[in-house]
Amino acid sequence: MRQRLLIFLNSLAVFAAFLLLWQLIIWLGHMPAYMLPSPWRVAQVIAEHFSALAESFEITAITATVGLIGSIFAGVAIALLFAQSRWIRRMLYPYTLLLQTVPIVAITPLILMWVGAGTGAVALITFIICLAPIIANTTQGLISVDENLVHLFLMHNATPSQILFKLRLRSAVPSLFVGIRISAGIAVIGAITGELFAGSSSVGRGGLGYSIIYASQQLQTDYLFALIVAAAVLGFAFYFIVAFLEWYFLHKWHESARSPEIE
Amino acid sequence: MSSQTRPVQDFAVPQIEFAGVSKKYQRLIIDNLDLTVAKGEFLSIIGPSGCGKSTVLKLISGLTPATSGNILVDGMTPRNARETMSFIFQDPTLLPWRTVRANAILGLELERMPKEKRETRVDSLLELVGLSHVSRAYPRELSGGMKMRLSIARALATGPRLLLMDEPFAALDEMTRDRMNEELLRLRDEQKWTVVFVTHSVAEAVFLSTRIVVLAPNPGRIHSDLPVNLPNPRTAELRATLEFEQAVTEFSRVLREARSA
Repeated sequence: MRQRLLIFLNSLAVFAAFLLLWQLIIWLGHMPAYMLPSPWRVAQVIAEHFSALAESFEITAITATVGLIGSIFAGVAIALLFAQSRWIRRMLYPYTLLLQTVPIVAITPLILMWVGAGTGAVALITFIICLAPIIANTTQGLISVDENLVHLFLMHNATPSQILFKLRLRSAVPSLFVGIRISAGIAVIGAITGELFAGSSSVGRGGLGYSIIYASQQLQTDYLFALIVAAAVLGFAFYFIVAFLEWYFLHKWHESARSPEIE
Repeated sequence: MSSQTRPVQDFAVPQIEFAGVSKKYQRLIIDNLDLTVAKGEFLSIIGPSGCGKSTVLKLISGLTPATSGNILVDGMTPRNARETMSFIFQDPTLLPWRTVRANAILGLELERMPKEKRETRVDSLLELVGLSHVSRAYPRELSGGMKMRLSIARALATGPRLLLMDEPFAALDEMTRDRMNEELLRLRDEQKWTVVFVTHSVAEAVFLSTRIVVLAPNPGRIHSDLPVNLPNPRTAELRATLEFEQAVTEFSRVLREARSA
């Protein structure tokens, strides 16, 4: 407990030093506010425009969540297909690699063309970039079940669906969470990147990415900073929620389950 | 399936019958094996590595089919006889996400026994193997010996007549292994199973068995097939007797012969 307090105080000190450095750059470099607003100014803007910020935050949070959850369902379904045979894996795996290697910004114009700008397009972009880690990790989990456990099930005349649901899927849960952890990190990045291009179908209202573009065009640098803070908070929130869920579902039985804190 | 609904055991039919059984993967593993195991026997199979000991168990259980020859278990094909047998592996093969209790119940659940019935049975089973006090724990909280006991409890839950054991105590320390051996014999005296037991340890085989088959390697074939003439019931004191020592020495000699055969 005492050690935790010390760690907390240390990270607080790092934060204070960061703010001080920021302020020093402004003082010594004579930075104008439109280039680099002061930390205090950013805090003021956050307070003043809190409801607008919260709205953007909410839009991005919901879009990222929808994309991520969609990718979890689709990814598990695809992994189940992949787990059926080595042939299927060899045949289809190159395409999941493609999913990972083609830069998402390169296909964004296509998505805009097909589904139009708005949260639907952003959720789709998030979905696409979240998919590959879920597929790869879940497949790995499904196929690396101990052979003797399969034998044990066969000795009790288990049906294929019993082997799938009571054995393979259950033992793949830790691997699935490895995938979700990776995807949760890129979901927020994906949603904000998507919003930079396809953020809103109505002018002036949209998620964090859309508002970042808007604020930079209006040269509202202080609000831009407020949006960056909100994006960071959202990223942290995703990380902690996933870490908590992982702990909640796995801590009783799985060695590698991490407690919801940064080691 | 519960034991009541099973056909009455016919003692005239041998528990296991191998007639000219061969098994080939890339090379010949088992060559033309003839072996009969009577009901109630405790048969140990020993032999140098590469003699196909574990393959024999997989053939009996139908987990792998024979390349040629004929196998009957209780007068049936191995796959049809599966509900009369239980397989105990070298690893405890527990499901880590299930509690001790839920692990013990697995076989009954897969065979779709009604819930109330299996709940009452699991209590007496955990009692039998001395795990009642940890029924809500998870496998990772158990010691190696407790894990193996749970694995045995799970195997006994479905009321088998034939136990197939593949080096089940190999990973345990010697003291725990000796104690597990004694417990296994005590349970067997109550439940009257036929057992086919694969092991590396001559002393373990001598202590447990009524009969020992020694396999010679490359390809696996029977080198010798001898009864173990030691008094029953076998207790811990037996290990300190001269006749036990002599039996172990004798079977060790046969095993060395098999290795160079």
